[in-house]
Parts: sequence; C-alpha cells; structure tokens
Amino acid sequence: MAKRDTPPLSGEMLPGTLDMLILQTLVLGAAHGHTIAHLIEHRSESVLQVEHGSLYPALHRLEDRGWIASFWGTSENNRKARYYRLTRSGRKQLATHTDRWQQLIRAIGRVLQPSNE
Amino acid sequence: MRLWRFLRRKHWDRERELEIQAHLQIETDDFIARGMSPEEARRAARRKLGNLTQIREEIYEMNSLGFLETLGQDLRYAIRMLRLNPAFTLVAVLSLALGIGANTAIFQLLDAVRLRSLPVAKPAELYEVQVVSPKGRSGNFPNRYGHITNAMWEQIRDRQEAFSSIFAWGDWPFDLSQGGRVRQAEGIWVSGDYFRTLGVSPLMGRLISSEDDRRGCAPVAVISYAFWQREFGGAASAVGSTVSLDTHPVQVIGVTPANFTGIDVGHRFDLAVPVCSEPVFSGKENKLERRWAWWLTAVGRLRPGWSPKRADAHLQALASSVFAAALPPQFDAERQKNFLSYSLKTSPAAQGLSDLRDTYEDPLWLLIAIAGVVLLIACANLANLLLARATAREKEVAVRLAIGGSRGRLVRQFLTESLLLSLVGAVCGVLLARFLSQALVAFLTTSQQTIFLDLRMNAMVLLFAAGLAILTCVLFGLLPALRATGIAPAAVMKAGGRGTTAGRERFTLQRALVAGQVALSLVLLFSALLFVRTFHKLSMLNAGFRTDGVLVVSLNGQRAGYTKEQWPVVDRQLLERVRSAPGVDRAARAENFPMGGGWFNDHVTPADGDAAKSEGKLSYFTMASPGFFEVMGIPLLAGRDLADTDTATAPLVAVINQAFARKIFGTTDVLGRRFVKIDGVRRTAMTFEIVGIAGDTKVTSLREDNEIMTYVPDTQLPGAELSQTIVVHSNVPLRDVMAAVLRGVAQVNPAISVDFNVFKTQIEETLVPESLMATLSGFFGLLAGVLAVIGLYGVISYMVAQRRNEIGIRMALGAGRSSILKMVLRGAGTLIAAGLAVGTVLALLGARAASSLLFGLRPYDPATLILAVLLLAAVSFLAAAIPARRAARLEPMNALRDE
Repeated sequence: MAKRDTPPLSGEMLPGTLDMLILQTLVLGAAHGHTIAHLIEHRSESVLQVEHGSLYPALHRLEDRGWIASFWGTSENNRKARYYRLTRSGRKQLATHTDRWQQLIRAIGRVLQPSNE
Repeated sequence: MRLWRFLRRKHWDRERELEIQAHLQIETDDFIARGMSPEEARRAARRKLGNLTQIREEIYEMNSLGFLETLGQDLRYAIRMLRLNPAFTLVAVLSLALGIGANTAIFQLLDAVRLRSLPVAKPAELYEVQVVSPKGRSGNFPNRYGHITNAMWEQIRDRQEAFSSIFAWGDWPFDLSQGGRVRQAEGIWVSGDYFRTLGVSPLMGRLISSEDDRRGCAPVAVISYAFWQREFGGAASAVGSTVSLDTHPVQVIGVTPANFTGIDVGHRFDLAVPVCSEPVFSGKENKLERRWAWWLTAVGRLRPGWSPKRADAHLQALASSVFAAALPPQFDAERQKNFLSYSLKTSPAAQGLSDLRDTYEDPLWLLIAIAGVVLLIACANLANLLLARATAREKEVAVRLAIGGSRGRLVRQFLTESLLLSLVGAVCGVLLARFLSQALVAFLTTSQQTIFLDLRMNAMVLLFAAGLAILTCVLFGLLPALRATGIAPAAVMKAGGRGTTAGRERFTLQRALVAGQVALSLVLLFSALLFVRTFHKLSMLNAGFRTDGVLVVSLNGQRAGYTKEQWPVVDRQLLERVRSAPGVDRAARAENFPMGGGWFNDHVTPADGDAAKSEGKLSYFTMASPGFFEVMGIPLLAGRDLADTDTATAPLVAVINQAFARKIFGTTDVLGRRFVKIDGVRRTAMTFEIVGIAGDTKVTSLREDNEIMTYVPDTQLPGAELSQTIVVHSNVPLRDVMAAVLRGVAQVNPAISVDFNVFKTQIEETLVPESLMATLSGFFGLLAGVLAVIGLYGVISYMVAQRRNEIGIRMALGAGRSSILKMVLRGAGTLIAAGLAVGTVLALLGARAASSLLFGLRPYDPATLILAVLLLAAVSFLAAAIPARRAARLEPMNALRDE
C-alpha cells in the first residue's frame, strides 16, 4: 500500500476536485463519511490524502446544493453513521464535472508535452 | 433552503457533531483492529480528523446568513454610539419624527378617504350607476348625493341585468327635536336591497328589506351602532321604540353592527329610512313623484362574470328607454332634448362615495408631496451631520480597514446606525401621526359638517411609515456610510493628529446637499406664500355684503301642525317677534339669498324685444321681504327697496343687481324696464318690472365672478311652505340674540323648530380647504426654511472649523479681517445663489400642480416668487454671516498654535 516515492498531495488539491471525488465514490452506492475518505485514499493509491475533517464541510455543501442526500444508518461494524447517496442532479453534476476535468487534463497535457515542430 | 438551514443552524450543528463523533468511533475501531491500544487509537483518529472546532465553525458559517448573524452585534454597537452623542440623536430623532409623523398623518387621511375599501363583503364588486350628462342637469338638488331621480331609479332597478343586486340611497338630515332648537341626525334614505347588497346583518332586531320598500309604505328606522349608543345608551329596548324624525314618530326596527357606518366616506349614518316613506315627510310635493328632484344614488353588486365594460355597454343600451320613461313632462323642449340625450355608465364604488374626497383629494395629495419634500430636507440635514461625524470617525475606520475589516461590513454597520435612528424616528412619528391626523379632521370639521373618518392605525398606514423609515435611512445614511469607508487607511494614519484628508471633494458633497436644501425650501416657501396669499385674498374679498353681526334663523312650522292657509299669518307674526327681540337691529325674510347655502336660477330675458341677446342667460333669484338689503348691507344704488305694498296681487316687481343690468340689458339705465323669468322646469313665464338696482355680490362661492341676481318679493314668488328663513343684523353678541329669538318664537308656538347659523362662520367655513392649504403649507414652508438655514449654518461653520489653520496662515501672511469675511461669505453666497437658481426653476415647475387651488394669483406669480427668493436669501445670508464673522475674528496665533 505504501508507495513512498510519490509524496501525498494533501492540502494541495485544486478547488472543486474534492467535490468531484466525493460524488464519484458515491456512484457505486451509499456510503458514510469514513468510507468515503478511505475510498478516495485507496483508489488514488494514497496520493490523495484527504484530511478527514475537511470532508464534512464538503459533504454539507454538496447536500446543501441538493447533489447528495443523507440518512442515518448502521455501519459494517454496527456503529451508527450518516450515509450519503447520490441524487439525480448530483449524477448529472458529476458527468459535467468529469467532462470538464478531462478536457482540462488534455489541455494541460498538450501544453506540457514538448512540441513536435 | 439557505434560510431554513439558518433558522435550524443549531440543529445542524448537533447533527454534524454526532456524525463526526461516529466517524471518530469507526476510525478508532479500525485502528484498534490493527492492533493499537484504545487510547492510542483514539488519539490517532483525532489526529487524522484535524481541527474539530474549525470544521464545526466552517459548517456553521455555511449555514449562517451574514447579515442576520452580525445584525445583533451591529445594533448593540449602534445603540452605544447613539447614546454617546445624545444631542445628535435627539436632533435626528426629532426631525425624523416630525417629518415621518406629518407624512403619515396626511397619508392616514388619504387612506381613509381615498384608498381604503368599504368594510363590507367583497367591496370590489360594488359599482355606482351614474348619469352621463355632458350638458349638465337641471332640476332640484336637495341633498349632497343627488345623482339620479326616483323615476330613473325605478327604471334602472326594473330593467338592469348587470347587477346581482342593486340599491338606491340618498343622504338626508332629520330633525330629532320635539320643538324649539333643531337637533340634527344624519339620516339616509335606503331602498329595500341596501343592507342585503352590502352584506350587512343586524346586530339587533331586523334590517330594512324589500318588504319595507313598497310605494305608500310607513316609515321605519334602522339605527347605527353609534346612534344606538348615543341616543339609547345601548339599551335593548331601543328596538321597538319610536324616534321623532321631522315631527313624525318612526319605529326603530333594528340596529346595525359597529363596523358598518354606511357608504358615505366622511360621514356615518345615524338612521336609515326606506325610500318609499319619503312622501310621509314631504307631503304632496314628494320626491318620489317629482321627476326633476335629483336625490338618490344607485349602487349595485356586479353579477359574477360581468366586467364593468360589459355592464357599461348594457347600461348604454338601456339608457334611452330609462330616460324616456323618467322624463319630467313639465320640462321645456330644450331641457327635454338634453334629458333624453343622457347616458348611463358604471363607476367603481369599492371605496364608497365621498364628497369629502371630491373636495380634499387633490389638496391632500399636494400636501403629502409638500410634507415629503420637508422630510427630504430633514434627510439632507442628517446626511450632512453624519458626513461631519464620518470625518471624526475617520481614524477608527482606517484602523478597522487596516486590520482587515471589509468595507461592506463597515457600511453595514454605519447603515445599522442610520436604520436604528430612522426606526426610532418612525415609531415616534407614528405616535405623533395619531394626534396630527385627529387634529386635521378637527380642522376640517365645521358647524355644518361633522366629519367621521376611521383613523385607526391599519396595516397600510404602518407599512407606509415603515417604508418611509427605510427610505429615509437610505437617503441620509448611505452616502455618508460610503464616504466614510471609502478612504485609504494609510493616508489617514499618515496624516497624523489632524486626520484631515478632507479635500475639496468632501466639501463638494456637503455643499451640494445644502444647495439642494435651499432649492427645495424655496419651492416650499413659494408654494406656501401662494396658498397663504390665496386664502388672504379670499377672506379679505369684498363679497358685496356684510358678514359681521348677521344671524340666519331658520324656522319650520311643519311640526306645529299649521296648514298652508294659516302659515302666512304665523309667518308675519314670527318676523314681528324676531324684529322686536332685544338686541335685534334689523330683520328680514329671505330665501336663496347670496352665500346662504341654497340657490335657484332661471332663464331671464328683456320683455321689450331683443330676446336673442340674452338667450340662455340665467339669473339667480332671492325671495326677500322689505329691509333685506339693510340687514345684509347690500347697497341699493338706484330705485327703491322691495316694499310691503308689493303684495301677491300687486304688479310683479324686482330689484336686480348691476351684473343683471350689464349682462342682460347692456346698460345701467334699466329702472322701470321689464324682464321675463322663464321657468323651464315647470314651463311658466312671469314678467317683472325693475324697481331698484342693488350692488353685486358673490352668490354661491367666493371664488366665482359676480353673477346675475334678482331680488323679488317673497309674497309674489313664494318659496317653501311652512318654513322660512329670517336674516337678522345685530350689534350685540349673537349668542344673546339667539336666546332672545328662541324666546320670541316660543311665544308664538313652542312647537316651531328653530335653527341658527352665524353668517360669518358660514362664509368662513366655505374657505376651509383654502385655510387648510394655507395653514399646512405655511407650516411646512416655515419648517423647510428653518431646516435649510440650520443646514447651511452647520455646513459653513464646519467648513470654517476645518479651514482654521488655513485662515490662520492667511491672516499671518497679512490678509485683513474683511477679506476673510468676504472669502467665507463669497463661498456661502455661491452656494445660496446656486440653490435659489435651481429652486426657482423647480418652484415654477411645481406650482403648476397647485394652479387649480389658487385664487386671484397665477401659479407663476412673479411678486410672490421674488418675495420668496428675497426672504430665503436674506435669512440664509444671515445664517452664513455668523460663522463668517467667527472666522474673521480668529486670532492667527491661536489658530497656528493648535497645529
């Protein structure tokens, strides 16, 4: 799991990316805050270290915008936890965000690649 | 969403707290599972989570609405600041309370007479049926609301389909007394559907219904709640008892609820009596049959689905048959033709009907505009005070900006202070308005007309006051707030102890405000002078007769049971009694005399040919007994007075006025000539010989030109039966004369009713609208002037204080005191001149709105304008001279030592 050659990027994330990542983790199904944090870390192979605390304001904001909805449930190890699920408008939002992100990556990639001429 | 979360932000804080605790638990469980000790695991989980408080704060902030969050804080700060400057606070609150109070009071009146709907079910459905008569109406108009005749009403009632229910209604003053002095009650004639259409249900007993409204009915009375309380002390026995109305006993059948006062805004009814019972009170010449008596008004509730437009079309289609059926057969050809050309239309009646509205709506709108300008001037004063204070607070603001305070936040805080001021001002203003509006109504109430208006505070009035508060706050608070916070902190801090970055720019704003004040107050001063001069002209007017010491005595013998044949004898007796009453100098009978309230006119034309010349000319007619001219002080210029020898059987004679001679004959040499009086209503002609010429007088209004008037012996042209009016001149107080006359009449017959009017009061009361405009606009003009001069004084003083150093240096360098004086005065002079110039233009534009309310003056009357300009210029200059002299007396060494 630990790949120490690339340092974690915590606190350096581009604004708005955390929102997108949260939405993406919820595509597969409802999850609570702890799971979301670990999923992001795990799937980025620990490059993206989410400070767990910063997750909650983001969740609050997303819920405020109506992209996710929440409910109280029970965790795998029988703890009470608040679960989040993607709403219809959240799904749409994720699609547009992902598109924009891909465009941005490609654009940046083209700039950084040494020119052929 | 946002607001909802804001209101539940405590709840959300708890929710998130729980959630984060759960997170910590799960994380701790994880770490324990990986082999940490519980203590270690908990610490690790916390570390991983970050700063818990910061997270909660971040979420809390997301839920808050910044403005509301900091409002409490700002308010506390504002209260502290205002308490630190009690003098400023007092001045501000006082001027705002006066301004807002005056505006609110006038608005209350406007709301009551113009804007508010009747307190009945669905008032918006109510429409009046009006007669469209472009060429005017002829006939008899015995009351205030004579819009249609009874014949028209019956036609409209039976033919119309536009209204689901419709009623006729007319005002009528009933005499409640049992003899002696008249005691008037506000009566109304109502048709059967009056109460049903308005949706009124009885408080006690029953109301008049269509059952009570049949031809030949006996009168019954429904009394209002107020009358019930006043006359019966609210006793249940009132229903079933009788009241005496114009001598006739009438049974009370019911009482209406307290909130129903009728549909005549400005008056509340005392008693309602069925239309059909009118003949009981007026005898043979009753208004049901008299087709030229206009004494009713029809109002109906529009059928669902009918638009006013559709109803108009329907009524228009009905008009020809309605008027053909209602045509007075006595009318001459010309009048018949005119009558048949009338049309019908609807007019909204949701706000009720109101002759008070007709008289005072325009003056009230004008007054509220004037009061609004006064408030504007007061706002400019406050803005200037706040600007000066902003300079004093410059350092505080600079420090706050320098350590990161946002400008928006500071502006908000300044505005909170202004808002607090204007709200306190508005609250005081609303309290003040309650008294002011009552005082206004008292001002409008006359001996002839008791005005009743519901002036309780309602949502509309409070909304208006609140709106004013917010508007004034923005007006006087925003500019200083923006100015105070729009500074460069570094520059202010650098400027050291004197804290002056005040360049010309800051002065410019204050000077512009003061010039604006001068301009606006010139507008108000000018309009005030126009109204005061109008009132003065009207009250100083030579109306052609005397008003001092003249008493009008109205006698009615109906209740005493005299017959038509007996009356002339009693009539003579009464005149003798009045003449011989102690204190009475002279007395004469007179009916329809100039400015006496009632009038009638007829066509007149020279008897000796040349009828074409005077075609269509009308003359007023006064029926009088000998001695009338002496009582009224109307000069007899030629010929003789009416005489006792001019009896009913003697040749018909008349005294005419100069206007008659001039306009009908085209010459003053008319003694002995004859003219014909043509009664177009009843188609009779009478030929009179001119035996005297009297001076011109005003007849129906002081504002009119001198009209054509004919005086005829009341023996030859008899007026009303069983009643008469005697004019009395006396040199002793009229109160004593009244008592003496009452005794004299009682000696003839105590059942004869007597009513008095002091002629002077009666004339003066025709000028109440003018007097209202003169008094209020005069007051506002004065207030505006004082406010503007105080503002000017304040700003010039402030500028002098700010330039202390500069002036000191100038003097030290050799400038004389007079040159300093001149310098300051020149600055002030420019300001005043600019204000006066702008004000003159505004005044000339604004005065046009007042033109219809003026008398004997053009709205752009140059003399008045010059007077206003000179007055304001002189006072302003004096106000500026005080600080200018202070500047000139400055000791240069003192000024420079302060440095």
